[in-house]
Amino acid sequence: MSAAALIELSAAAAAQRVRAGELDPGELFGAYRERAAADPLNAFLWLADSPEPQAGAGAPLAGVPLAVKDLFCVRDVPSQSASRILEGYRPPYTATVVARLQEAGAPLLGKTNQDEFAMGSSNENSAFGAVRNPWDPTRVPGGSSGGSAAAVAAGLAPWAIGTDTGGSIRQPAALCGVVGLKPTYGACSRYGMIAFASSLDQAGPITRDVTDAALLLRHMVGRDARDCTSVAFPEEIRLPARDDLRGVRLGVPEELVGADSGVEAGVRERFEQTLALARELGASVSPCRLPHAPHALSAYYLIAPAEASANLARFDGVRYGLRVDGEGDLLEMYCRTRAAGFGPEVKRRIMLGTHALSSGYYDAYYATAQKVRTKISQDFRAAFAEFDFIATPTSPWVAFELGAKTADPLAMYLNDFCTVPMSLAGIPAISIPCGLSGGLPVGFQLAGPAFCENRLLEAAFALERGIRFDGSAARAAPGGGDGQR
Amino acid sequence: MLDRAQVLHVARLARLRLDDDEVERMAAELSAVLDHFEKIQQLRLDDVEPTSHVVEVSGALRPDEPEPSLPVDVALRSAPDPVQGGFGVPSPGAAPA
Repeated sequence: MSAAALIELSAAAAAQRVRAGELDPGELFGAYRERAAADPLNAFLWLADSPEPQAGAGAPLAGVPLAVKDLFCVRDVPSQSASRILEGYRPPYTATVVARLQEAGAPLLGKTNQDEFAMGSSNENSAFGAVRNPWDPTRVPGGSSGGSAAAVAAGLAPWAIGTDTGGSIRQPAALCGVVGLKPTYGACSRYGMIAFASSLDQAGPITRDVTDAALLLRHMVGRDARDCTSVAFPEEIRLPARDDLRGVRLGVPEELVGADSGVEAGVRERFEQTLALARELGASVSPCRLPHAPHALSAYYLIAPAEASANLARFDGVRYGLRVDGEGDLLEMYCRTRAAGFGPEVKRRIMLGTHALSSGYYDAYYATAQKVRTKISQDFRAAFAEFDFIATPTSPWVAFELGAKTADPLAMYLNDFCTVPMSLAGIPAISIPCGLSGGLPVGFQLAGPAFCENRLLEAAFALERGIRFDGSAARAAPGGGDGQR
Repeated sequence: MLDRAQVLHVARLARLRLDDDEVERMAAELSAVLDHFEKIQQLRLDDVEPTSHVVEVSGALRPDEPEPSLPVDVALRSAPDPVQGGFGVPSPGAAPA
């Protein structure tokens, strides 16, 4: 089989061929390793030289190599969350979800670029430079898991994992034309994930199709004694097979999709088209209400930075990573090291979070945001009494030009308008590609109640079969046109 | 609205040294963001319980069984200044720069 033909196989199809003895996993690893080494998108920060010996045909994931977002700690492998402050850090342990996937037979292909500490929606905040969108290298891939999404879309990796705090799996998946699933909070262990906002962070798959997402997720979920917020997933994750949506009730929230929501015309068109397809497949589609959803962005951008300001206090130049030596005492060393090690967006969020938690402002900001979070969860609970899933565009717009939003933090935060409500409620949501607008992918988001991942994957699979999205253009020419940058 | 003095106060709490340009920029950017967030303070939330954790978890406690921890040399491997089996730091009482 030629390398070009290998790259066109989905991860599940490749695994099946390995298990049938028709494909050598070493050959598969080599084909992707070669493409990733020629990465024209700045999607990778580190590559493995060879697959670990234990991965092979006997394991469920059959040696299909995996790209892993930089913030997952992997033993003896650089893991910096794309930050200068973790310069030189080689963790002494491996994140639980990575270890589980390795045990299931997916060898590590490489570590992918991201926004520093997962703070960003364009992957322009990486200490290692921006990632480019394989559909148009002058545009962003989305963020913060931009490297993982770009790598999968460009066929530099068969599949990848990312993390989602307010949309960081779903939004880059949408902008790159791939599938991204944020699981229910607690479904996957956070042990070994370099923390951003602990009450929101979740790991999840970024894949070429819904079946691959289900297969990867199956081997990620489960209780882990090392993360006391993780829970036993109530059932095995199944590979989806459904081809209709009969009896499925979709709610479309006016607050996120209505005329005031800022969803651009081309995205709206693809979204409406997908809703029409859902009806053809037997679903009912009706408007629904999430009255507090427009306030989710404010609540999120207070809660997440507040938690980040506490989590990032550990980076002080003492135990690992960067230290900037100089005159003065311990406190001066802390301040100097943190000033040099953190990028502008991380500093902004540390400042925002520290202010929101500081004496005199705590009630007005942090405590109020936590109450809004309760109202948002209640809104979803009420909606799910009438609907099986909530449907929205994943991102209000398609991939934008590099640099277009970097000067205005608030404009950048608005990328997450349709994804943060689900994060605050801790519920699962998936983004699938639903077509192109001006030659760029559009994402369709479905969200359901906690632990409904199997039903969510079934519905997304039925839609995927109807949409028949063709992502091969991004794999044919990663970096655009001639494959050069 | 955050003024210069407030930005410097927060930066001190956050253990961040900001140069003059950063202080100015931070004051403007944080003020714009916080102004936008003010809207949530108009919501009626008096009887609403705050949410700090979204998924019901019970029985998260485990028996406290001693296990081997990381060997000291492994724990110190990424440290910028390992000293005598510990983390070396400048004296907290050193003369200011």
